[in-house]
Amino acid sequence: MADTMQFELVSPERKLASVAATSVQIPGMEGDLTAMPEHSPLLTTLRPGVVKVNAASETAEYVVTGGFAEISPTAASILAEQAVPRGDFSAEMMEALSADADLALRDAPEDMKMAASQRVRDVAALKAQLGM
Amino acid sequence: MPSLKDLKIRIESVKSTRKITKAMQMVAAAKLRRAQEAAEAARPYAERMEAVLGNLAAGVASSPSAPRLLTGTGQSEKHLLVVATAERGLCGGFNSSIVKLARAHLARLLAEGKDVKILTVGKKGREQLRRDYGNLIVEHVDLSDVRRIGYTNAVDIAHNLLNRFNAGDYDVCTIFYNRFENVITQVPTARQLIPAEFEATEGAAGGAQYDYEPEEGAILAELLPRGIATQIFTALLENAASEQGARMSAMDNATRNAGDMIDRLTIQYNRSRQAAITTELIEIIAGAEAL
Repeated sequence: MADTMQFELVSPERKLASVAATSVQIPGMEGDLTAMPEHSPLLTTLRPGVVKVNAASETAEYVVTGGFAEISPTAASILAEQAVPRGDFSAEMMEALSADADLALRDAPEDMKMAASQRVRDVAALKAQLGM
Repeated sequence: MPSLKDLKIRIESVKSTRKITKAMQMVAAAKLRRAQEAAEAARPYAERMEAVLGNLAAGVASSPSAPRLLTGTGQSEKHLLVVATAERGLCGGFNSSIVKLARAHLARLLAEGKDVKILTVGKKGREQLRRDYGNLIVEHVDLSDVRRIGYTNAVDIAHNLLNRFNAGDYDVCTIFYNRFENVITQVPTARQLIPAEFEATEGAAGGAQYDYEPEEGAILAELLPRGIATQIFTALLENAASEQGARMSAMDNATRNAGDMIDRLTIQYNRSRQAAITTELIEIIAGAEAL
């Protein structure tokens, strides 16, 4: 069994990371999950949260605002709407994110209210997690 | 026959034109490289998005619950054409070739009696279309303040399109842009955005069955708008690279033409100068002999 898998993190504008990882922690829409090599094929959407990548020698953390992850036995790729290394994620970006979520909730049509309010909660949880 | 002074002024003016076109060419070359890098960097995301959506769409397309963005409204009466051009001119046939393709499309749709609306991105396309189809233009997206096209620009346009779609403004949406092939070749392209078309390919798992979280339909509903935004983003980036490529080769031609013109004018100038000297000499000699 291989002990690493190819991990890729791409945003629409560029590729942020491409490493051989031993495990990746992903904030899935229905709960956090950790992908390791030989994971069964899975496709999940993301909620705003922190992606934690464990490679052989180092770990890296990225804040993602949404998108989706594609996991296969040999690779995991995250297509994030917006992704920044955790260290670069500023308070202003957090503010913009929660403002966006609030605005979306206000403007959401009736059948989308559930999803929009879920997003507001997710953003609030991320804020608490990052201690901002 | 222009006088010597006129010729001299003319040569100077062509020389300064050449300086300008040369400078524009070099600026375009630098910008082209940046635009190409941006297009290159965006490719992995777009490709993956396309692959995933293709697989998802293939699985859901036949079910009645498939999203309307994918299956369409079942009609093709109302069309929206998104014409993406540049904000600036002086780039050869770049803008015209897009507009030409859009016009052909427009004429065909109108001949079929369809209802057509136009949304322009970029000033030049609007200027060209306004004359004949001004009443069809419903909106204009101004990117003249945008120095570097970002994903957010594409998302804004996508939102706009989706709102219109949900409001029942149109059934089919097509985007027109120039695909960047290389510096001298840009291919005007029409791509249907809505109903979305994706090519189904084998997934990374080698065609293995994926588990979905949440289920397929929900993922697809969430990803489709993003897929459309990504397609717009790709189109805008290709367009930006094409624009600089077209400008570069147009300015290269202009610089060369100016050089040729300077050569021609210089020869003419020298000839007239020599002719004037010869005439003067003949007059002096004729005068001396008469004495």
